[in-house]
Amino acid sequence: MKQPIVEIRTSPHIHSSPTVAQIMRNVIYALVPLAVFAVYQFGISALALIITVILSTLLTESLFAWLSGRDNTINDSSAAITGLLLALTLPPGFPLWMGAVAGFIAIALGKTLFGGIGFNVFNPALIGRAFVQAAFPVSITTWTPAFAPGRFAEFIPSTLTLPLMRPNDLTPWIEQVNSNLANKMDAFTGATPLAAWKFDGVTTDTMDLLTGMVTGSTGESAALLIVVCGMYLVIRKMMDWRIPVSVLAGAFITALILFLIDSEQYPDPLFVLLSGGLMLGAVFMASDMVGTPVTPLGVLLYGLLIGFFTVIIRSFGGLPEGVMYAILLGNALTPLIESFTQPRVYGEKRMDKKMVVEKTVVGESVGEKTAEENAS
Amino acid sequence: MRLLQSFFAKTFAHGIHPPTSKGQTDHLAIRRMPFSPRMMVPLSQHIGAPAKVLVHKGQEVVRGEPIARAEGFMSVPMHAPVTGIVEGIELMPTARGPKSEAIIINTYQAADQQVLYGADYEWQNASTEELIQQIQNTGMVGLGGAGFPSHVKMQVPEDHVIDTLVVNGCECEPYLTTDHRLMLEKTDSLILGIRIALRISGAQRAIIGIEDNKMDAVETIRERLTEDDPVSVGVVKTKYPQGSEKLLITALLDREVPSGGHSYHVGVVVNNVATLALIGELLPKQQGLIERVVTIAGPGVTKPGNYLVPMGTPLRFALEYAGYFGDISRLILGGPMMGNTVASLDVPMTKTVSGILVLEQTHDSGKQKTYPCIQCSRCLDACPINLNPSQLGRLAAKRQYEVMADQFHLNDCFECGSCSYVCPSNIPLVQYFRIAKSVNRERVAA
Repeated sequence: MKQPIVEIRTSPHIHSSPTVAQIMRNVIYALVPLAVFAVYQFGISALALIITVILSTLLTESLFAWLSGRDNTINDSSAAITGLLLALTLPPGFPLWMGAVAGFIAIALGKTLFGGIGFNVFNPALIGRAFVQAAFPVSITTWTPAFAPGRFAEFIPSTLTLPLMRPNDLTPWIEQVNSNLANKMDAFTGATPLAAWKFDGVTTDTMDLLTGMVTGSTGESAALLIVVCGMYLVIRKMMDWRIPVSVLAGAFITALILFLIDSEQYPDPLFVLLSGGLMLGAVFMASDMVGTPVTPLGVLLYGLLIGFFTVIIRSFGGLPEGVMYAILLGNALTPLIESFTQPRVYGEKRMDKKMVVEKTVVGESVGEKTAEENAS
Repeated sequence: MRLLQSFFAKTFAHGIHPPTSKGQTDHLAIRRMPFSPRMMVPLSQHIGAPAKVLVHKGQEVVRGEPIARAEGFMSVPMHAPVTGIVEGIELMPTARGPKSEAIIINTYQAADQQVLYGADYEWQNASTEELIQQIQNTGMVGLGGAGFPSHVKMQVPEDHVIDTLVVNGCECEPYLTTDHRLMLEKTDSLILGIRIALRISGAQRAIIGIEDNKMDAVETIRERLTEDDPVSVGVVKTKYPQGSEKLLITALLDREVPSGGHSYHVGVVVNNVATLALIGELLPKQQGLIERVVTIAGPGVTKPGNYLVPMGTPLRFALEYAGYFGDISRLILGGPMMGNTVASLDVPMTKTVSGILVLEQTHDSGKQKTYPCIQCSRCLDACPINLNPSQLGRLAAKRQYEVMADQFHLNDCFECGSCSYVCPSNIPLVQYFRIAKSVNRERVAA
C-alpha cells in the first residue's frame, strides 16, 4: 500500500445544508415573479427602477469590499436581494436617481457599516427606504396608476428626472391617462387603497387587493402572489414560516380589536392584511433572517409586535403606511427579545415534567464522564 | 406499514436526519479478521487509570491471558489478543494523539484462534459485588465509544434505586452497523448479558431501544423473549442523535436527566448492546475482552464489512484487509458525526473503536467557506437539548467562554455535531464549543 495523504478535520465529518449563497439565490428566485408582475403592472418605469436600484446596491457592495480590502461578497446575492426588495417598496414612478441613492444608503449605512452580511442590525432595504422617505417625502408618496395604457412604450414622466432635480408634477400626466380610459369609473385619484381609506374613507374591493389590481409601491400590491412566492421558500425550508404568520396574526388581532371597538372609524381586519406593504413586509422583509430573533418564542413575539406596531402606526400615525417602521422597530428589539426568550435547555428544572425525587446533590458522580460517552 | 410504525415510534425533540449510509454493510455477517504479525496493546484504552503491566520482554503469552491488571477500581485489565512473544513495552502512537505505553506482541505464525484461557462460572449464584468484580476482570468498557469501565457504570450509588435498565441499540451514527449485526447474530449472548445486568442493577425491567430502521433486529430479539419477560424492546424513531444516553431515556421513559446529573438520578442505568452482548459471552466463561466487531466502510474501501478485529491490530493491517489502497481520503475512527480523523496508520485498534470509515476528501473549497452567522436558526431546530448554538457561536467568536458556560449552558453540550451539520454558513460550531470547554477547564484548574 502506498503512503496515503490523509486529511485531518474535526467532527462532524458530514455536512448537509444549502450554503448561504444558495439560500440567497432562492430568495431571488422567489422575488422574480413579484418583479415580473410589477413590470406588467407599471411598465418600463418599474423595470428601469428595479434595474437601477439593484445596480446601485451591487456597485456599493463592491465599492466597500474594495475599500475595506475584503473579498467581494456580491456573489452571495445578498446585495442583489436588498436591491430587489428595496425597488419593490418604492413607488413605480420614483425618480431613478433617487432610487440609486436609496440603494447606496441601504448597503452603505444599512449593511457594510455594521460589518456586512450577518452583522446588520436592521433590514438594509428598509434603511434605504427610510432614508428616502425622509429625504424625498413628496416623491415617495407620489403614486401613479397601475395598468396605464402606454406603460410599455413610455416612462412615467418623473422616472427620468435628472439627478438632484425635483421631479415634475405628475397631475397633468395622470389626467391624460385618465382621459384615455374607456371606463371613467376606473379613473385614478392619485391615492393607494390605504391612503384612500385613511384620508377619504374609501375602501377597496378585497378581490382587487388579493390579485394586485390596485396601485401602490412597485411590488407590494399582489397579496396572493406574494404569499405563493413566500410558500416556495417555506417549502424549500429557506424561510421561517412562523415570522410572516405571526406578523399577520399580530396585525389581524390588533385590527380586529380596533374594528370591534369602532367599525366606523377603523377598517375591517381583512383590508388591513391585504392593503399596503404589509404582505410584502411580513413575507419578505420581517422574515429576513439577519436581524430577527433565533429563539422559537422570540420569533413569535417579534412577529406579533411587528403586526401590532403596523396597525397602530396606520391607525394613529400621520402616515397611511407603517410596515417599514414597524419592522425596523422589530429589528431594534430583537436583541432584547432574544435575551428573555432563551429556550429551556434539556435537564433544566421544569415543574410539569415528572422527575424522580433525588436525595443526593446533582453532579456527584462515580467517576468522570466525558461528552463522548453520552452518544454512541 | 412503515409510515404507520414511524408514527408510533417514540423519540426526542429536534435532532437531524443525516443519510444513514448503512446499506453498504448492514447485510454483511460478522467475519473474523486474521491476526496481524505484530500487535500493539495500549495500556490505556479506557477512562481511568492505565492498567499495570504483568508481563516482561521475551515472555510468551497465550491468547486470552491477562497481560496487565486493573490499577484500582476505576481501571480495567488487558488480555493478550494473540498467542506470541512479548517484544517489548514501548511508547506507541495512539489514535487520540499523544503516545502511550503499549505492550507489543509478535504473533506466532500458527497461532490458534481458540481461546484456551478461562473457566466456567456460575453467575446465577454470585452476589452483586462478585459479579461486578467479574465484569472488571473481563476488562469490559463501554463499547459505544468513550470506554467508560462497564463495572463502574453498573455499580449504582448506594442511595439511588434503579427501576429500569435501558439497553442502547440505536446505533444512530451513519455507516456503523456493528450493533445491528450483533443484535442479529449474538442475540442469545445479548439477552444473557441483559439478565446479568438486571441482576446487578436490581432493576425490575429492561428496555432495548432500537431505531425503526432495524426492524429485523427487533423481530429477532422479540422472538427470544418469554411472555412475561422483564426484557422488552422499545422501537424509537431513526433520528440522530437518538443513541445519546439521555435522549434515549427521554424517548423511552419520558424522563429527563437533570442538567449535570446522571441516568441513575432518574432511576435508570444505560448500557450499549455490544457491551452487554460481550458480557453475556465472556462472563460465564471468565474470559477477557480481546476482540470486538468493527464496521469498516465508506467509499474508500473495496471490501467493506463487519469484522471481528483483535485489539491491538494496527490500523494499516485492518485497512489493507478491507481493501484500502491508500488513496487520498479521510480516515475516521468511529462514526462520521462524532468520530475523529487519524493522522497515522500505525495506531492500534482499541476497545472503543466501533468503526473505521474511509471517506472521500472534502475538496469542494467553495462549500468549505465559512460565512458569518445569518441567524437562520437551523441550529436551534437541530439541537437535541435545546441549546442556542447560534448565540454560543457568536460568543465563542468573541472568546466569551465564561459567558457561554454561565448563561448559555455550554457544559450541557455533548458535542453531537447536529448544529455544525445543518449550518449554512459552515461555522465549525462544535469545534468552537470544544475549545471553549477546554479553555474553561484550564481556567478552573489554574
